[in-house]
Amino acid sequence: MTEQRTPLVEMKNISISFGGIHAVDNASVDLYPGEVVALLGHNGAGKSTLIKILSGAYRRDSGEILINGEAAEINNPRDAKKYGIETIYQTLAVADNVDAAANLYLGRELRTPWGTLDDVAMEAKAREVMGRLNPNFQRFKEPVKALSGGQRQSVAIARAILFDARILIMDEPTAALGPQETAQVGELIKQLKREGIGIFLISHDIHDVFDLADRVSVMKNGQVVGHARTEDVTKDEVLGMIIMGKVPPKAIPGPGAMQMA
Amino acid sequence: MADTTHTAPFNRARSADENLVKRFFRATEIDTRLLGMVGAMLIIWIGFYFLTGGLFLTSRNLWNLSVQTASIAVMATGMVLVIVTRNIDLSVGSILGFVGMIMGVLQAELLPQLLGFNHPATWIITLLAGLLLGAAIGAFHGMIIAFLNVPSFIVTLGGLLVWRGATWFVTSGRTVAPMDATFRLMGGGTEGSIGATASWIVGILACIAIVASILHSRRQRKRFGFPRRPISAEYFLAAVGCALVLGAVAIANNYPWPANIARKYAEANGIAWPEGGLFIAHGIAIPVLIAVVIGIVMTFISTRLRFGRYVFAIGGNPEAAELAGIKTRWVTVRIFALMGMLCAVAAAISTARLNAATNAQGELDELYTIAAAVIGGTSLAGGTGTIAGAMLGALVMQSLQSGMVLLGIDSPLQRIVVGIVLVTAVWLDTVYRARAK
Repeated sequence: MTEQRTPLVEMKNISISFGGIHAVDNASVDLYPGEVVALLGHNGAGKSTLIKILSGAYRRDSGEILINGEAAEINNPRDAKKYGIETIYQTLAVADNVDAAANLYLGRELRTPWGTLDDVAMEAKAREVMGRLNPNFQRFKEPVKALSGGQRQSVAIARAILFDARILIMDEPTAALGPQETAQVGELIKQLKREGIGIFLISHDIHDVFDLADRVSVMKNGQVVGHARTEDVTKDEVLGMIIMGKVPPKAIPGPGAMQMA
Repeated sequence: MADTTHTAPFNRARSADENLVKRFFRATEIDTRLLGMVGAMLIIWIGFYFLTGGLFLTSRNLWNLSVQTASIAVMATGMVLVIVTRNIDLSVGSILGFVGMIMGVLQAELLPQLLGFNHPATWIITLLAGLLLGAAIGAFHGMIIAFLNVPSFIVTLGGLLVWRGATWFVTSGRTVAPMDATFRLMGGGTEGSIGATASWIVGILACIAIVASILHSRRQRKRFGFPRRPISAEYFLAAVGCALVLGAVAIANNYPWPANIARKYAEANGIAWPEGGLFIAHGIAIPVLIAVVIGIVMTFISTRLRFGRYVFAIGGNPEAAELAGIKTRWVTVRIFALMGMLCAVAAAISTARLNAATNAQGELDELYTIAAAVIGGTSLAGGTGTIAGAMLGALVMQSLQSGMVLLGIDSPLQRIVVGIVLVTAVWLDTVYRARAK
């Protein structure tokens, strides 16, 4: 069983509040190598906030993060990257006015021995990675702004792959994509799993992620309702967790589970 | 047809149904907006040529135009980076005034006491001190903007008032003159030009650099097997580039020294005064050379260095840049420090040209600098802009003013025209951008 191994990520008892509102309250989630965990919940359930703590965009008020069993200090996105954590945001966070290669290497540009940007080498590598990911992609010279949502998403994913991410966070990865591109991302996630990368999928739509995920963790009002293996529960049961906080028998309840009277 | 045969396979299908003009632009990868600006400038030039009865397009006027443009062009290159990151710098004119005044006092009053009058090191010490001061002021502005989160509009609006006031306090409003003899060369004029032979050498070196850079980029793309420009397009670009450079040199070399200065020079050097007068060419003016070098350096910084890449990435999507691990605050500080340094260069050029440091030096320059950058295609929404465009923008603005002076138009009317042109240019640009989408 996977539970015997050291988890890749363990977030324990994380809390954060904004102006008195507990956006995340005593939440714990974990992730094992080669595993896809879907983090589900309504808009405003706290899932994006929780994961932004892992990616370094927010700083937690309390709780701890363990990476490979060791306590990790993540205070900004740079720290997160040091631990191999890469995030693909739902707002398609790419730099709009530079080209695909520049986006792939943003923040970690390849440079020539003279310290100048090695654009040609970056473009070569970008063509290689994008070729694997999205063979139809040819618009390497244009700013990312000119690309479609799916193409921009593939640039964002390619960026994560390029830097050997061990932990990938995908926030609504397919929300902006058409059906064909969604299928492409699904294929890609399976490939990444085989490479031993742990993936957090964040979504408010269970249909997007249920078939891709090994486990689901459901959040409601900032608290974790419960965790379950996707093979043990049905979509309807998970929906019950999302909407009412009702935990099915085979799931492990969390602090946010509906209190049975 | 030669164009299509050399294009990479995936371009071929697209090129087939495009007309010759479109194919030409795709092949040469010329920025059509920049070309539009060149076109607009040529219209202005030709218009003034006829209105002034040929006075405008003389080598003398074009030479003067280039010298007058230098100071604003230098600052406009920095303003591009400032505006690209969605900031603004309203204080450049005041920084120019303050740094210019400090440099004036340093070379005219302080250094002569220490080193003696006209010491050969005076100009370089003055210039370095000015650059350092400019960078410090800029960095100070940048830190308030980046770390205290005060909008750049407000910080530099404050700077506009503070540094103009500080300029007055340095000498209690007194004009400082004259400047050091070597320092003065940076302002152009008869002395501050490099002469015919040196100009040709500079021109030929520039042509070699153009050809070398085209060859280098072609070889690089070949090495990685990327699609390349058709060879005819490469020849065309090299030819046009070299023709422009050599043409500019020829014009600068066609403008002779004024007769009385040439006569003095002839007497001093024991040359017999010939019958038709002595033709000694000005050649390229030193401030123009400075501006061109700064344009090249700034283009290099903005396109070839990591710093420049970050500037544009931040401009396009500040949040994405921050999440990518870019230290956006420090980039902001460095941009403003660079801007301050360029103000110091502009201050050196304008004080040297005037041969004095005055209270009012650089007044309204911030507006001309911003206008130059914006006319040159820098978008106030952030993310886009080129150094070359901004310098061209400065040239367009100066052409308008110079032409109106030649026509004897009053200065209030000049301002009205410049204002209308600015708004019209940005409107046309908006239309172009909307169409291009």
